[in-house]
Amino acid sequence: MKIADILRVVEGRLIAKGMSDSLEIQSVCGSDMMSDALMYALKGALLITSLNQTQVIRTAELADIPAVLVVLGKPISQDMMSMAEEKNIALISSPMSLFTACGKLYEHGLRSCHEQQNRED
Amino acid sequence: MNNKIERINEPIEASFQLLEGDFANAGAASSAMKRVLMDLGVDEDIIRRAAIAAFEAEMNVIIHGVAGSLHYIITRDHILITVTDMGPGIPNIELAMQEGYSTAPDWVREMGWGAGMGLPNIKKNSDEFNIDTVIGEGTTLEIKILLNDRGERR
Repeated sequence: MKIADILRVVEGRLIAKGMSDSLEIQSVCGSDMMSDALMYALKGALLITSLNQTQVIRTAELADIPAVLVVLGKPISQDMMSMAEEKNIALISSPMSLFTACGKLYEHGLRSCHEQQNRED
Repeated sequence: MNNKIERINEPIEASFQLLEGDFANAGAASSAMKRVLMDLGVDEDIIRRAAIAAFEAEMNVIIHGVAGSLHYIITRDHILITVTDMGPGIPNIELAMQEGYSTAPDWVREMGWGAGMGLPNIKKNSDEFNIDTVIGEGTTLEIKILLNDRGERR
C-alpha cells in the first residue's frame, strides 16, 4: 500500500516525507512498546503507535522501518520531526485511535508483521 | 555488493559513553555503528540484527545502568559489541532472559520501554551472547555477530 493511500485511509497528515513516493507498505506493527517493535516488526513495515517520542524514530531507523504513524493526533515535537527528516523516515499523524487506524488499514488489505511472516514462511 | 569488509586490514573500533536517563541520545551509538556497517557493505539483514541488538543493550544502560559504555570492534568476519554499565546488576539471569520479564519502573514503560523483550531479543539477534553481572557493581554484555553468514534469521 502506498503512503498516499495510507494517508487517505487514516485521514492522516504527512509530517516528514521520508521515502514516501517509492514505499510500498505490506505489513504493520501496532505497539507502544518499542522493544516489541524491535522484536516483531519486519523490515519495511509501518509502525503505528501512540508514542510521540524521538525513540520511536530511532527504533524505526535501527529496525529498517521506513514509516511511522502516530495516532490520536498526538503533538509531534520539532525534535521528532527533525529526526524523521534526517533519518529519511516517513512520519504520519492521524486523529484516529490505534485500534481504528489498525482496523481501517486491515480492511484495506494490510496485515500484521506476524501474519506477513507466516505467509512468507 | 560493494563489500569493503573483506578488504579491511585493521579492525575498526569505536567507543561511546552512555548515561542513565539520557533518552535524548538513546540509540545514537547504535546508529553510528549501523552507518559504519552500511559503509562497509555488510549484508543488510546482518546489519539489522547488529543494530537491534546494540540498541536494546544501549537502552538497558539508559534505563538501569547508571553510566556505561558501548564499544564495538569490526573484523573481517565478525562484529563484537561490548556494553558495560555500573548499574545494580542482574540478580537472576534466567528470569531476565524470559520474554516479558522486566524490572523497569512505570515511567520507563510510559516512554515505550521495559516490555521485558530486550535481553531475549539481543540473544535472538546474536551469534554468541554472553552476560557477566555482579550485584551492586554492574553488567557487561558481549554480543558477537558473524558478518559472513547470510543473516536471514529473524
